[in-house]
Amino acid sequence: MAFTAPNETYSGKVYQVEAGTEKTFVIGGENVLPFHSFEGNVPNRPVIAYEVQDVPPEDWPDTVKKVYDGVSGNPVTWAKHCQDKLNAKAIALRLIGTHPDRENRSAEEAAATVKEVLAAINVPLIILGSNHIEKDTSVLVAAAEAAKGKNCFIGKALEENYKTIVAACLANNHKLIAMSQLDINLSKQLNILITQMGFDKEKLVTDPMCSALGYGLDYTYSVMERIRLAALTQNDVTMQTPMLGDIGMYAWKVKEASAPESELPIGGSLEPRGIAWETVTAGALMMAGAELLIMRHPESVKALEKFIDELM
Amino acid sequence: MALSGVEIFKLLPKTNCKKCGHPTCLAFAMKLAQRQASLDLCPDVSEEAKKVLGEASAPPIRPVTLGTGDKAVKMGEETVLFRHDKKFVHPCAFAVEVKDSMSDSEINGVVEQVLNSEIDRVGQKLRVDAIFISNASGDAGKFEGVVKAIAAKAPAVPLILSTTNPAAAEAAVKAVADKKPLLYGANESNADAMAGIAKSHKISLGVAATSLDSLTALTEKIKGLGVEDMVMDSGARTAKEMLRDNTYIRRAAVKKGNKSVGYPVISFAQRDDVMLETLIASLGITKYSSIVVLSSVERWKNLALFTLRQNIYTDPQVPLQVEQKIYKIGEPSADAPLMITSNFSLTYFIVSGEIEGSKVPVRLAVMDTEGLSVLTGWAAGKFTASKIAQFIKDSGIENEISHRELIIPGYVSILSGAIEDKLAGWKVTVGPREANGIAVFLKSR
Ligand code: SF4
Repeated sequence: MAFTAPNETYSGKVYQVEAGTEKTFVIGGENVLPFHSFEGNVPNRPVIAYEVQDVPPEDWPDTVKKVYDGVSGNPVTWAKHCQDKLNAKAIALRLIGTHPDRENRSAEEAAATVKEVLAAINVPLIILGSNHIEKDTSVLVAAAEAAKGKNCFIGKALEENYKTIVAACLANNHKLIAMSQLDINLSKQLNILITQMGFDKEKLVTDPMCSALGYGLDYTYSVMERIRLAALTQNDVTMQTPMLGDIGMYAWKVKEASAPESELPIGGSLEPRGIAWETVTAGALMMAGAELLIMRHPESVKALEKFIDELM
Repeated sequence: MALSGVEIFKLLPKTNCKKCGHPTCLAFAMKLAQRQASLDLCPDVSEEAKKVLGEASAPPIRPVTLGTGDKAVKMGEETVLFRHDKKFVHPCAFAVEVKDSMSDSEINGVVEQVLNSEIDRVGQKLRVDAIFISNASGDAGKFEGVVKAIAAKAPAVPLILSTTNPAAAEAAVKAVADKKPLLYGANESNADAMAGIAKSHKISLGVAATSLDSLTALTEKIKGLGVEDMVMDSGARTAKEMLRDNTYIRRAAVKKGNKSVGYPVISFAQRDDVMLETLIASLGITKYSSIVVLSSVERWKNLALFTLRQNIYTDPQVPLQVEQKIYKIGEPSADAPLMITSNFSLTYFIVSGEIEGSKVPVRLAVMDTEGLSVLTGWAAGKFTASKIAQFIKDSGIENEISHRELIIPGYVSILSGAIEDKLAGWKVTVGPREANGIAVFLKSR
């Protein structure tokens, strides 16, 4: 007896968002759930961006820090290494050194770093602040100006500080990443507020806030799944933005990614465990709808690319 | 598929005799449709109606159990496609493959790993659930020997016996039938013989198809032969095929009431690249596999996969809670800081993770807020000054530490005065609002 395929047709579609000028990438565009090409159109692969910081990665666990020994002292050499040696399709520059509790670098210094990195690479650049509500407004505005015309993704705009960041992205023609905390309604509301400022909803990327495997992944997973379903089944135009998974920052912070085997015997060997933590966090969230992933370890990225190959 | 109240009503005696405790047959039918009543309350219902209603009320995916005793694995009975709709019911099982062509020492090594795989995470015991023994040698005697040896070494671990050769299957199943193994490998050419073996030994049968069409034909045929406990392999091997077939199967069973595919699914994740294998297994966990077969079970890989399975299979409506007590992080001396937070597992994990990351030894008082976060717990009256004071007093911590300072989350700074009023001699310090401020806060003290 033949099996009748229970296909779904959805009324909505995810916006297609492009980044970069020379080499570019496009995410989104699908009218089905992640990788459901058997019943619809999935025109673009998810994109993995390598994370680079404006300051050396002193706080990263050894497993991933040592991979960048010799290049991570300077964001330019670091970014070039990712592009040229690791074939990064995009670079995510996190201006973490601007955080007042860190090096407290100024907005001007951050802007100079952005310029230098942009001059050194030809893949698209994602520019991230330090997630400090006040500081990010000056830092990201300066960064947006420094990157004018380069069609970057800039974030993260939060409910508390989105106005100046949105204005800077509008003025300098960038795409915007909007983040809210693990709540579909907050995501929707922030998208609405941003578009009410005249920002094109088709230039937005939503970050529903990442969480690491074992540390709230279930929340991020379900919020992403619900956002994607709202976009497709309810044709909710405020929820049709592609989604970001800011994976590396969360995955490498947890105990399982950094505790040696002597401290965590049930976790076995540390190196593959750290890589697996980042890889599985990314893989699971990709199944829930993340299609721009910011990651750190080349082995995690390699495994995920192979996985995407098998899924496409 | 579930019937509507009116459809059920048509099958009832329509006498409104009230013996079921409902005023009318229609009222009873409505309750049945909502699954708030059971059909046996009506003494006069016909056999015909019982049959129709029984089939309609059976779970869309048949429950199937692998193995016996404490370590038996339950599968099936899933009712939804998305975990936010309703809790996924039976966490997917991990089985590691052992080939009967492997050397004895290799086989022993894997069996040891399985026996030592159990860990405890947030109060749940997690382990490699089963051993998948494949007849790679093609030799029936060898297969039987390996199956017997493994069953002797790991008597409680559920087994999956994989062969397409009925003679090999019969010998191996016979040796371990009391352990209720799953016999995997029924296909178009051996279905009659394999169904016969499963039926005579009362075990479940794994169907190895090559497409969803051939799968449907096979499950119907085997059901016709009298075997109802089945596990299905549609033949999907790539991630793309797995996602497609698992999605189609779950939808067909749950939304369309297609009984021919209303059985648990077995998926094969084995890859040469172990990190890719970990990802394929992750796909099985998130997307509807009931058994995932792995080629290896390193501890690091187990921990990642166990954790993902736990994340996906928790009840999204009931937050995981941590036990109320004062946790020591690092090796806190008597004058180490004392912090307090709620027992929402996510809060606990994030806060304790940040404290660990800071390398400052701390005592962390985790208060029972019924799984609510700090702010919601406070709003709901579960994280209040008097409850905090009571908890600190009752905990006996005053005998353990040399100071009287309690650090509270920045979000409830408003409580500091009230806690000091209720905890005589204590000083309350307001900590950071967000967990990511904890390291800096602790280091700057
Ligand atoms: S007992 Fe049966 S026949 Fe009588 S009212 Fe209830 S449903 Fe109707």
